[in-house]
Amino acid sequence: MPMTQPGAEAIAADHAASPASAKIDARAGAAKSESAAAGVVHSRLANGMEIVVIADRRAPVVTHMVWYRNGSADDPLGKSGIAHFLEHLMFKGTHAHPQGEFSNLVSELGGQENAFTSYDYTAYFQRIGKEHLGTLMEFEADRMTNLVLSDEIVGPEREVVLEERRMRTENDPSAQLDEAVQAALFPHHPYGTPIIGWGHEIETLGREDALHYYRRFYTPENAILIVAGDVDFETVRALAETSYGRIPARDDAPSRKRPREPEPRAHRLVTLADEKVEQPTHERVFLVPSYTTGAPGEAETLEVLGHVLGGGPSSVLYDSLVVEQKLAVNAGAYYMGSALDDTRFWVFATPAPGVSLQQLDDAIGAVIDKFAAAEIAEADLKRAKNRLVAEAVYAQDSQVSLARWYGESLATGLAVEDVAAWPDRIDAVSAADLAAAARKWLQKRRAVTGFLESEGQDEAKDAEAKDAVLAA
Amino acid sequence: MTAHAIAPARSRAETIQRVVTPGGIEAWLVESYAVPLVALEFAMRGGASQDPAGKAGLATLLAGLLDEGAGPYDARAFHLAIEDLAIRLGFGCDRDAISGHMQTLSRNSDEAFELLRVALCEPRLEQQAIDRVRGQIAAGLKRDANDPDALVARAFREAAFPDHPYGRPVRGDLESLANLTRDDLDALRIRLLTRSDLKIAVVGAIDAATLAAKLDAIFGALPAQSLLTPVPEIDIHALGERRIIDLDVPQSAIRFGRPGMQRHDPDYFGAVVVNHILGGGVFTARLFNEVREKRGLAYSVYSHLNEYDKCAMLVGGAATKNERARESLEVIQAQFADLANEGPSADELDKAKKYLTGSYALRFDTSTKIAGQLVNLQLDGFAPSYLDERNGRIDAVTLDDARRVAKRLLGDGELLVSIAGRPQGL
Repeated sequence: MPMTQPGAEAIAADHAASPASAKIDARAGAAKSESAAAGVVHSRLANGMEIVVIADRRAPVVTHMVWYRNGSADDPLGKSGIAHFLEHLMFKGTHAHPQGEFSNLVSELGGQENAFTSYDYTAYFQRIGKEHLGTLMEFEADRMTNLVLSDEIVGPEREVVLEERRMRTENDPSAQLDEAVQAALFPHHPYGTPIIGWGHEIETLGREDALHYYRRFYTPENAILIVAGDVDFETVRALAETSYGRIPARDDAPSRKRPREPEPRAHRLVTLADEKVEQPTHERVFLVPSYTTGAPGEAETLEVLGHVLGGGPSSVLYDSLVVEQKLAVNAGAYYMGSALDDTRFWVFATPAPGVSLQQLDDAIGAVIDKFAAAEIAEADLKRAKNRLVAEAVYAQDSQVSLARWYGESLATGLAVEDVAAWPDRIDAVSAADLAAAARKWLQKRRAVTGFLESEGQDEAKDAEAKDAVLAA
Repeated sequence: MTAHAIAPARSRAETIQRVVTPGGIEAWLVESYAVPLVALEFAMRGGASQDPAGKAGLATLLAGLLDEGAGPYDARAFHLAIEDLAIRLGFGCDRDAISGHMQTLSRNSDEAFELLRVALCEPRLEQQAIDRVRGQIAAGLKRDANDPDALVARAFREAAFPDHPYGRPVRGDLESLANLTRDDLDALRIRLLTRSDLKIAVVGAIDAATLAAKLDAIFGALPAQSLLTPVPEIDIHALGERRIIDLDVPQSAIRFGRPGMQRHDPDYFGAVVVNHILGGGVFTARLFNEVREKRGLAYSVYSHLNEYDKCAMLVGGAATKNERARESLEVIQAQFADLANEGPSADELDKAKKYLTGSYALRFDTSTKIAGQLVNLQLDGFAPSYLDERNGRIDAVTLDDARRVAKRLLGDGELLVSIAGRPQGL
């Protein structure tokens, strides 16, 4: 048990994806299930709300989630952060159930709850004994339409969000660089704005902004109910009919019209130097298609490419930069495939002592070029695909992982069938596909490179650090 | 098919088979075929607190090297074998134990167990791998060098545990890391990676007889007895003191703590309830309501009980902009004092007990979580019956108990506090 525990358990009304955590979170999200589809039933209420029920009979508990198809990328211009701020305010109560009542009830019933906001969705969830599912659905349905906000409640919560931003970003130079890199990668599309919003705009967000956004997006047509656990579909549907089903349809499902990012033509280098930085780092982020925007097979190819290039210590980047050339202490890659619009492919590395970021940058470029020029061995391809497909089996061990995977997929425009077919589509990726994808998408002109640098640290100190680490 | 094997049917303890091998190795098994996976977790007592003087970080480095080449495999071959079989394998180290975590598709379990065996019994500890892992740990230390959370944790640890192994960094520091040699690693390996104080839990698609044979194969060749340096008991020092680390950031990170209670203390479950009311309940705790909900002073504010083998603590944290850091700390201290003096209300006690008993099942909803819980119970010296008794022990906490324990736990409210940032007025 670590003494430091500022993590998830202590945090309420969380937001899911600061760029750093997105890399980790979405790894779990990338875990796809080969046989989960067998126990998955999908339907829709008369008012348009989607329902997905995932059977997991191992313990008498359920995971209950409501996903809304709106996230930070739907924040109105000048109101960045409103999706996330509203997520916090959704815990402030309704006429029927004033502030605190819902949370107290969940707690008294032995449940756990939280919520998260990402670029493309906002979700609320509870984990609880299965006999309480109906009660939760009543409360969650109530706050879909009956939220009550006063200025007295909104004011302190805005301070909470500003503290959250200070904790995640203002106190951390690497998070500040991530924001600048994303802003450079998406000069036109709202993925360039952080999920939590820009500080100066959060400061101006008020009750009316939140309610306006709430009325626009929190509707049954825009919502997806996901229940995973020890329940059958008919039970869930009956409970949903008498809770969510009573909310009238709005007849105008909110549409998400976002500008498309133009073809990138110029490589961009973003640097942040700060005296608090003692360990420089390197990242390069490419603009690439997502599971939603890609041509058939394209996203699956990028998924395998991410794993082959940078998924752990047997990957191409790690092997070349860390083991062979010893230019880096760590290196990897990651494809953030779940996104409504064109998305990101990360390559990242931590330089070894005495290696400059420019040297490392050149070496990364060379590894990618070499990879793109030849096809990998069939055994290496098979190994990577087996690993990805196996992650689907591992996902069956966690009803929360399964629920998140389906929610994320549906909220970014995919269908239940897409999730079920994922292992087969991964299996269809060829060595030629990988090389072609690397040539097409991992071009430097499509990328933003980020350098996190020390400031005021002279060469002598660098050399000293190197001695200290390698002397033994 | 024992689909209900991990359900808390009437008795969770009854789902556990105690497997004792011919070689004398014990494991707790939950046999379940609902998912074609096997999870194995283990821990060996004696972690970073066994690092020799001047060699802080040695146990962490050792744990990091176990999957970097072993038996017939060099590091690359080992990683490829793990990847070929899609095994999840990792080793870790905290102050009191070295631990291992493995999960495999059941069809690959024979190969997975063999890889675990060579990792534990025949690690190569090659110089190249040592330098590589050392470099990764060093990079992590440098990344945290000016991180407010890392700084308050260090300041707290150093003030709380002077001249004690718990005061040293688990990962070491740049200086101590540079001193670690292959001989040091080998010596520590023989002392720590042994069959004594080995705690194992397995959950998944495997039966007791098969597992018993595998356990002897995996762990049987380890030395029978560990050679641990005794670690003295210690109470948190420097209560009532504040350690402020100047850091040019807009938000102050605050860490606070005072003595807690060990798990075998008769008042432990009272303390669990009191802590839940103080700062353990995510959306319901007093600290959450007073610091965050009413005043908007922090996004994260919490407390929890923390038991090292030789020191029990109640610790907590918050992060507040520099201008209001003092106010945050005052509100936190007022809550300590109020709960110590007045105790919780009957309503608070009732709700805390309902949550703590009702949510216990949520700790057992994946096989890796179950296995982790079962290893921890063994480390703490409990029998499987604990799983059935635990909720009753919480339910038995009366209002008088809770008031008495609140007084004992929170006492005069004196805290050791560490702060990183530019807090105003402190």
